[in-house]
Amino acid sequence: MASTSGFCGTGCTKPYLRKTCTRDAIFSVTDAPLNAAAIRARVGEFVAANATLIARGDVDPAAYLGARFDAGLAWVHFPVGCGGLGADRSLQHVVETALAGAGAPPNDPRRNPIGLGMAAPTILRHGTDAQRHQYLRPLWTGEEIWCQLFSEPGAGSDLAGLGARGVRDGDDWVVNGQKVWTSLAHHAHRAILIVRTDPTVPKHVGMTYFVLDMHAPGVEVRPLRQATGEAEFNEIFLTDARIPDTDRLGAVGDGWKVAQTTLMNERVAIGGGVVPREFGEIGVLASIWRDRPALRTPAGQETLMQLWVQGEAARLFGMRLAQQLAAGQPGPEGSASKIIYARLMQQATSFEMDLLGGEALRQDTWDMNRDSLVDFFARSPGHRYLRAKGNSIEGGTSEILRNIIAERILDLPRETRNDVELPWKDLPK
Amino acid sequence: MIDLLYSDIDEQLRSSLRSVLAARSPWTEVLARTESDKTYDADLWRAVAVDMGLAGLIVPEDLGGAGASYREAAVVCEELGRAVAPIPFLGSAIVATTALLSAGATDLLPDLASGTRAAVLVVPFATAPGGITPTVAVEGGRLTGTVTTVAEALPADLLLVPTPGGLYAVEAAQALLIPVTSFDMTRQLADITFDGATGTRIGDLAAADVGLRAGAALLASEQLGVAEWCLETTVAYLKTRYQFGRLLGSYQALKHRVADLYVDISQARAVARYAAACAASEDPDLPVAVAVAQAFNPAIAVRASEECMQLHGGIGFTWEYPVHLYMKRAKSAAIAFGSAAAHRTELAKLVNLPASS
Repeated sequence: MASTSGFCGTGCTKPYLRKTCTRDAIFSVTDAPLNAAAIRARVGEFVAANATLIARGDVDPAAYLGARFDAGLAWVHFPVGCGGLGADRSLQHVVETALAGAGAPPNDPRRNPIGLGMAAPTILRHGTDAQRHQYLRPLWTGEEIWCQLFSEPGAGSDLAGLGARGVRDGDDWVVNGQKVWTSLAHHAHRAILIVRTDPTVPKHVGMTYFVLDMHAPGVEVRPLRQATGEAEFNEIFLTDARIPDTDRLGAVGDGWKVAQTTLMNERVAIGGGVVPREFGEIGVLASIWRDRPALRTPAGQETLMQLWVQGEAARLFGMRLAQQLAAGQPGPEGSASKIIYARLMQQATSFEMDLLGGEALRQDTWDMNRDSLVDFFARSPGHRYLRAKGNSIEGGTSEILRNIIAERILDLPRETRNDVELPWKDLPK
Repeated sequence: MIDLLYSDIDEQLRSSLRSVLAARSPWTEVLARTESDKTYDADLWRAVAVDMGLAGLIVPEDLGGAGASYREAAVVCEELGRAVAPIPFLGSAIVATTALLSAGATDLLPDLASGTRAAVLVVPFATAPGGITPTVAVEGGRLTGTVTTVAEALPADLLLVPTPGGLYAVEAAQALLIPVTSFDMTRQLADITFDGATGTRIGDLAAADVGLRAGAALLASEQLGVAEWCLETTVAYLKTRYQFGRLLGSYQALKHRVADLYVDISQARAVARYAAACAASEDPDLPVAVAVAQAFNPAIAVRASEECMQLHGGIGFTWEYPVHLYMKRAKSAAIAFGSAAAHRTELAKLVNLPASS
């Protein structure tokens, strides 16, 4: 998604977390609340003590990022000992600005998007001390890449209907089933995973959340080829894969609750943010129009300007949303972001093909590329058109998002449903 | 970065104006007034313009105004749109006042700022910024000619008339105003004829254009207010009406339609705030902001009113229900200050996306 819309960040600067970790005393904040000046002083100390690592940060990122983590400058709103300082999350930009000023390499979340954006907040919120110690540091440095094993062939929009099974066996769980649409699985060391551990209770209360070692026996990763020809994603076959109970996140049966932390962060990560005018696909259209007078027609100009206006309205909306978040008024409009950008991308890429005419029918390649971060704007228009179709499906379909707006923002009654009381095993499938 | 949020002052202003409008101008009164002799509400105008002091919102304090900006004025427009209030705020307190400020006609401003008198820029309601074509001639300080379909002229005391020789101020009593049976009777139009009327030259036509552009910028906020009323009213209805033993609002086909409106209105708010903010700071991006605002927001208000009528079913189509007032206001406002297509054409020039040669 990051590669296609360009509007994503991993949620590192988003207000999705509690400021301090209250569950475990060892991570409690010992200092008085830190202000911007105190944070700057900490960065100054860090820079003075780690000049060599900072200078070598581009060639040895893990060492530099590890030192940042140990200094509490990874994510300042995380607790002390977890890569943070228990500070207000709004102070993160103070850290980034000060480090950039000292010549440190940028904190690029693309090194581990699922890990940083989704796994980390979930581990912080629901993990044990031992789990936080084990997972967070290598996750932050990018030494361990993470992926997410949620969707299944039979459970997409209705994620809570999933059927991959986990059965307790001594100190382990034995897992069987199939997961799908997994970005980065072919690079990943670990996965966040939800499976059904009790089919005899209603679906939302019979799931459990785990951390899975992707190199464990019984975990098979296969490329999942898309309509574009490439395979950004994977499908995962779990055959008697064993997970130690110590790798469970949250209580048995609480998987859905834990997953809410993850999913909330996915929604925040997709859409929103401040971009320049004529950003992305609208910029592509504008360049074609300016550079190639022979393609201009009155009807084309009408469509172009309609899209340009929609692009500008979307841009201003994203800007206002970012201002609301910065001002601590996270309005409900965030749910609209993804619908807006998916629609815009789909209409604009379709028009790009129409504008270019016959030459748009020359596809660069149908090869099964395995890059997980596709350079959307380096490919041919046909690729853009097809890839944008995924924008209204991935990360929550536009239909599900409309349900969310209608039910949670406009407070309309929920759809009549028959899957709330029945045990999962008795649901029609 | 330009601030697109509302301030605490904006919210206080919104809240007090909403109370005044609810108490003094419920939709039943607005509806009855559309079939009366006086379609503009003089009492409400006095309450808003004089008692609340909003006529002089954008006028500097040394000229008797409140010294506020277009940002606050835009909030007023939102609320007046929500109430389809029949008062000449946009025409007098924004367009005419801006034109006078731009022309430096400081002698005329205190009366407008106090709300004692109202003024209007005498151009057809559909005139886009940059599109003023004078139809009134001047000879020896006397004006002759006709301007048709002028909005908010009927309650005006002072007429600001574009002529080939510049912008003239004329007392309304010097002209013949013929009310027009208008598509939107909450903002009734008039045809105005000058037959040797005495006028005073107050500035260049450029001043009139500045006023028109400010009006187009703030109309986007009125359109936002209209759209918001339509969405809220529709959602409220879907939560009370049962058919086939279920609340209408529980049907996904209907939920998705109002969710789409919500998405569009969220964008319209950002667009309107940007236009108002650019007007307030005299940002060089104002022409682009206005063209975007009038290319985007009109259609949202129109569609919100159309969805409001459709999703209400039969009752929405009756005269005794207020939806038609909002539909007429939305459609009329979509044609006012230039069509969306005209603004897109203008925008193409501004951002260098030229037409085919």
